Amino acid sequence: MSDTLTPSAGPAAATAAATDRGHWYVGGAMTLAGLYGLWAFGLGSRTDDGAQATFSWNLVGGQGLQVPDLTVPAAPTAIVLSLVCVAVGLLRIALRLTGRRRVAATTVHLVAFVAAFLVWATAGHSLNFTSVLNATVLAATPLILGALCGVLCERSGVINVAIEGQFLVGAFAAAFFASITDSLWVGLVAGCLGGGLLGAMLAVFANRYLVQQVVLGVVINLFAAGLTGFLYERLMQTNPEYNKTMTFGAIDIPLLSDLPVIGPVLFGQNIVFYLMIVLIAVVQIGLFHTRWGLRTRAVGEHPTAADTVGIRVVGMRYCNVILGGLIAGLGGVWLTIGLNITFNKNMAAGQGFIALAALIFGRWSPLGAVSAALLFGFAGGVSVSLQPLETPVPTAFLSMTPYLATIFAVAGLVGAVRAPAADGIPYTKR
Amino acid sequence: MSEQAAPVKDTATGEPPRPGRFRRLAAQIAAGPPWVVTVLSILLAMLVGAVLIIASDQEATAAFGYFFARPGDSISASWDAVSTAYQALLRGAIFNPDSASTVTDALRPISETLTEATPLIFGGLAVGLAFRAGLFNIGGQGQLIMGAIATTWVGFTLDAPAVIALPAAILAGLGGGALYGGLVGWLKARTGAHEVIVTIMLNYVAFLLLGYLIGSEAFRDPDNPQPVSKPVNEAARLPHLFGDSLRVNAGLLLALAAVVFAWWLLNRSTLGFQLRTVGANPNAARTAGMSVGYGQTMAMLISGGLMGLVGVSQVLGTANANNALTQQIDAGLGFTAITVALLGRASPVGTVAAALLFGALQAGGREMQAAAGVSIEIVTVIQALIVLFVAAPALVRGIFRLRGEGEGSTGLLAKGWNG
Repeated sequence: MSDTLTPSAGPAAATAAATDRGHWYVGGAMTLAGLYGLWAFGLGSRTDDGAQATFSWNLVGGQGLQVPDLTVPAAPTAIVLSLVCVAVGLLRIALRLTGRRRVAATTVHLVAFVAAFLVWATAGHSLNFTSVLNATVLAATPLILGALCGVLCERSGVINVAIEGQFLVGAFAAAFFASITDSLWVGLVAGCLGGGLLGAMLAVFANRYLVQQVVLGVVINLFAAGLTGFLYERLMQTNPEYNKTMTFGAIDIPLLSDLPVIGPVLFGQNIVFYLMIVLIAVVQIGLFHTRWGLRTRAVGEHPTAADTVGIRVVGMRYCNVILGGLIAGLGGVWLTIGLNITFNKNMAAGQGFIALAALIFGRWSPLGAVSAALLFGFAGGVSVSLQPLETPVPTAFLSMTPYLATIFAVAGLVGAVRAPAADGIPYTKR
Repeated sequence: MSEQAAPVKDTATGEPPRPGRFRRLAAQIAAGPPWVVTVLSILLAMLVGAVLIIASDQEATAAFGYFFARPGDSISASWDAVSTAYQALLRGAIFNPDSASTVTDALRPISETLTEATPLIFGGLAVGLAFRAGLFNIGGQGQLIMGAIATTWVGFTLDAPAVIALPAAILAGLGGGALYGGLVGWLKARTGAHEVIVTIMLNYVAFLLLGYLIGSEAFRDPDNPQPVSKPVNEAARLPHLFGDSLRVNAGLLLALAAVVFAWWLLNRSTLGFQLRTVGANPNAARTAGMSVGYGQTMAMLISGGLMGLVGVSQVLGTANANNALTQQIDAGLGFTAITVALLGRASPVGTVAAALLFGALQAGGREMQAAAGVSIEIVTVIQALIVLFVAAPALVRGIFRLRGEGEGSTGLLAKGWNG
């Protein structure tokens, strides 16, 4: 969050008072988490008998540089990592860290805790960390695209809860048109346009007919789920020719894709993934370093002021919401022809809402949203990879982490979360 | 309802709507556009539905391929597709002349409609009540799942006669939903966390918890290969009202009691007055010495409780074949309830009417799927479109060239995430 034009008095004062006690709450929670880790991961029965945890770093059949496996004694490693968590928690209380140091402390805590957990989960087994990272990136891609869509919409002042619907329509259109034309590129364009159409629908009803935007988003989601479900049952279920399995080939970036660990994860994906990387850069730079971005933010924070200096408020909002829709549509494309999966009813399965959560958790900034999406994707990736390890932790609880994290975030436990000031308020000239 | 007349006058005299007043949503919805727009919206949504049926009909699209050679073919094929589908819809929802030999058979479509409408009444009341307090309860899915979990657990563990088991199971469902909803209100009151964000997140938490529970030792039915909970004891099930062959059950009576309760609460009780004041103008409520946080917490608590009753009717009702908990127990009702409340303009009586309409669409949709092969998903499309059109009366008036009271009458004005 770069600039605040209208500080809101009530919540701001409340959060200022809360930060004083916040050090105690958050630091205490961190310490407790560390102690819990010590008890559950370090001293638990799973890490008994000098069990070893093996992490391998090479994808099966992977080319390029090979890295030797890392084998650690499970119990001592988990104990050390948990103690690091405890120490960071105590530091947080004692030193009342602020700014960069606080972020660093939180990061260290999180990494140590997750590492302790992974060491404990892997004890007596072997875990391919590169495939965990790969699963993370695959799970995070639609979330990032959805969150970028949210950034564009909400930074210009239109609440978008319809990301889920845009995913569904994008996924359907991509699968359908790619199948009937046998061209992945047609599918890609059609998927984007599908999302864009829903974006246009959102823009018209929000700006022209002033419909309450959360209500609108919910209704558009229902509409999209019904429409794609209907067309799926009427067309695809009877005729699999309309719903083929097809996907873009992976493009290995020369040299970079030979790097260990990050090579195959970041430089061996397909075109939709690279498009997403480009979009992250475009949205981040566009929003903070161009005239368009300044206007977008102005329209979202203080539309009246923007209007006074001659910015077309409603025009900006139309433009951004439709652009956002196109990006979310690309997220839908990823779900079907990006991942080599046929379309299915309600296949977005709440990912649009996780994208919304990533947007909020990332405090409405593109890079923040991307980090949040990666974090959430990691939770997803880990829960997939842990299944063969037979951990006593049900994956359901691991999958809950994005949602719980977001609730903690908006409840102010992880610092103040503030939306653009005019987000959700339609603009009408007096 | 006399107090609802005032906002109508406001919009008629052309007083501009004040932006940022989502809190006024309830009152505005209640006043909103007259019934003409509602009827036209339903017509328009059915029309779009018809277009979808034609566009996805093999014969009709084939006939459109040679439209210019023989336009009559495509028109008659389209007409056939649409009329078959919509006739089946009516047969399934209201009256089926082909199978009306006995009184029971003749009443079956109505019974189906009422059965489908029962959870929608609870859900519509829940969302509507929160609306009146200026809150948007989008967490119906989570609350009803929590209610369903609680009611199921009591239902299969408590071995008692029906007089004890049934009320206990119902109360458990009510409590489960109420606590889960109240948590949201409490968080909002204490920390200012926006209820929409929190409820969306809690929906998925409940959904995942449900998935875990029905696969767990405590809930899972060992005799069933699917992850399904143990069935609820016979004693805790909601009894049929008119014989075993009609599915309409005691849940409907409970729903009507809930309507009376909601009406009494909103219009006759002190708490209801407080809720409406908090919804209409929290600053005025604070000045008058009311606790806004208390009002919000209570509103979410009651709203969640009503949503819990949706879960109760889903588990204990006759719509559930073996009265057990499944992953799909919510059946999207948390979101359909929002459309019901919007169409019913957040008033208890309006909610009943809207629930009956959507229940009829649902019951008819099943017949349409069976008899005409048109996927029941189209019902969701029609429901969403009805609400979309109702929320944008200017669009409907524009399409039908009606002169109405301008564009200010949308009523659905917003507050943002910070509001």
